[in-house]
This record gives sequence, C-alpha cells and structure tokens, in this order.
Amino acid sequence: MKGFLDQRFENGGFIITKLEDLINWARLSSMFPMTFGIACCAIEFMSTGTTVYDMDRFGMAPRATPRQSDVMIVAGTVTFKMAERIKRLYEQMAEPRYVISMGSCSNCGGPYWQHGYHVVKGVQRVIPVDIYVPGCPPRPEALIGGFLKLQEKIRNQSVVAPRAIEKLGREV
Amino acid sequence: MEVFESLLTIVKQGCAHGDAVTDETMVPRGVKIHASDLKNVCINLHQNPAAFFDMLSCITAVDNGVDAGTLEIIYNLYSIPFHHHLALKVIVPRDGGEVDSVQDIWKTANWHEREAYDLFGIIFRGHPYLRRILLPADWEGHPLRKDYKQQEYYRGIKLEY
Repeated sequence: MKGFLDQRFENGGFIITKLEDLINWARLSSMFPMTFGIACCAIEFMSTGTTVYDMDRFGMAPRATPRQSDVMIVAGTVTFKMAERIKRLYEQMAEPRYVISMGSCSNCGGPYWQHGYHVVKGVQRVIPVDIYVPGCPPRPEALIGGFLKLQEKIRNQSVVAPRAIEKLGREV
Repeated sequence: MEVFESLLTIVKQGCAHGDAVTDETMVPRGVKIHASDLKNVCINLHQNPAAFFDMLSCITAVDNGVDAGTLEIIYNLYSIPFHHHLALKVIVPRDGGEVDSVQDIWKTANWHEREAYDLFGIIFRGHPYLRRILLPADWEGHPLRKDYKQQEYYRGIKLEY
C-alpha cells in the first residue's frame, strides 16, 4: 500500500512545476495571521477559528507575535491612539507581509465616519492594505472569502520581472 | 418626598457660599449648589450617617453653549444601604472652569474627573494626575465642547472622512 502522496503522483514521486508557483503555493497555504482583534470584529475572527468555520484548514494558525506572522488582520475600530501601535507592529512584521482590513470600521471608519473625531477613517491611512472585507461585522464566511482572495493575490505574484516589459526595454 | 427633604437639609448644612436650589428637571432629583461648596457638601453627604452616600455613580458634564458661557458638572450619588439616589449640579464658567476634586472622598472620581478634563477641559484642583484618559496625550482641543473644531492632521494621519 503506497503512501498518500505516492498514490497521487505516479511519476515515482517527481513533480514538475515552476519555482514561482511552488513558492507561492507554500506561502499561501500557511499564512499565519497575527491576532490583532481590536473590537467586535475580533469576535467574528475568533469564531472563524472555531470548529464550525475552521480557518486552520486553510493553514491559518494565529500567532501572537508580529515577528512570526505573515498577515495582519485588522479587526475592529482603529482609533488614533491605537494607530500608533498598529504602525509599530506592522513595521515589526517580516516580509512578505499582507494586511487584511476586516469590517467597516477599519475599511472606512464605519459607523463613526461622520462624527467620530477619535476614529481613523480607514486603516489604509496608517498601513498599506491588501484585502478589504466588508461587513459590520463580516460573517466568518465573508472573512474566509477574504482569505481566499488573498490567496489568489499571492498565487498571482511573481518574483521575476514580466518578460514582456523587459522586451520593451523599460524598467520595472 | 421626606427622603429628599432630609437630604436637602444635609446638603444645605454644607453650603456657605451660595444657596442649594432644587432642580426638578434632573433625574434623579437634584440639587444645584455653588462650586465652592462642593467639597463640603460632598464630605457631609459621605460622612453623615443619615445620608451615607458611599457610592459615586457618575461624574459627567454638560456644555451649555458658547452664548450661555457656562459648563455644568453633574455628580450622581447613590447610598447603598439606604438605596437613595441624589444628583448634585455645579455650574462653572466655560473659560477656566475649576472645581475641587472629590477623589479623596470617592476614589472612582479619579477616572471620571480625568474624563471630564479630557473631553470638556474642566480643571479639578487637588487631583493627583489630571491628564487625558481617552484621547492621545498630544490631542488638541476638548471634543465635547460645542465650539470644538477638529484638527486637520494628527501625527500625519488625516482626520476628515
């Protein structure tokens, strides 16, 4: 009885792929989110980790420290006091790093957009955001949808310059 | 209500600078006193065994607007054994409004007064460390005042939507 992977690949255990695809696949299959729940969206983030919605099957294992995490999920209202700390934590993450903005408040200020003097109207004013997940709070399925979109984005990444642009003689 | 009348007499005992006026519009029924009487009245209400107000539920403030030129500070007191509620109202001018801190009578006043300072700019004399509690320490202005204008940028982050 052959092993699981041996059953899947009949070439005697050899797979041919591009290095880019392999690296991207490795990165997207094990995105470690930093636990950065600020407000109510954090509860939805926590429930995405429960057995019902299970983000661990996507490889998302939450890490408490920014040094060991790949993606920062900003879940909750970002106040000006907190914005300083978010910037510092983002700078402590190692590249490649991504940011998912979860929920209305971190997308655009949310329900505090008009009168909230203490709320940053969208965390993109502080750190660069890759994926926005709308909702107040977004359902766990919506957050998982956000993860999958991030995985798509990583799958399409490339470490080499595109050939077509090089042919034009332009710098990338 | 006799309860309120008896509390009113205890309040009046501490009033030296001004009169204690009943304010019917407040819930619970409140007494408006002069700012300089505040400390004495609070000590009386706390120490007097008939009143026994051992819990300060809340300190809050109201801005009456630029035209009126006054701020009101409202203290909500509660007596746990007797189940009495009482409100005290103190009126201070908007510019440079100062009252005595009651944090040596009720410790909870420490944070409540810091919040009133943070959001309205009321100075509490005798407070051990009167600094901002909700907003960042280098914020400009006191947001809950009626004439508050948002600053444009805070440390490089734009405020407006």
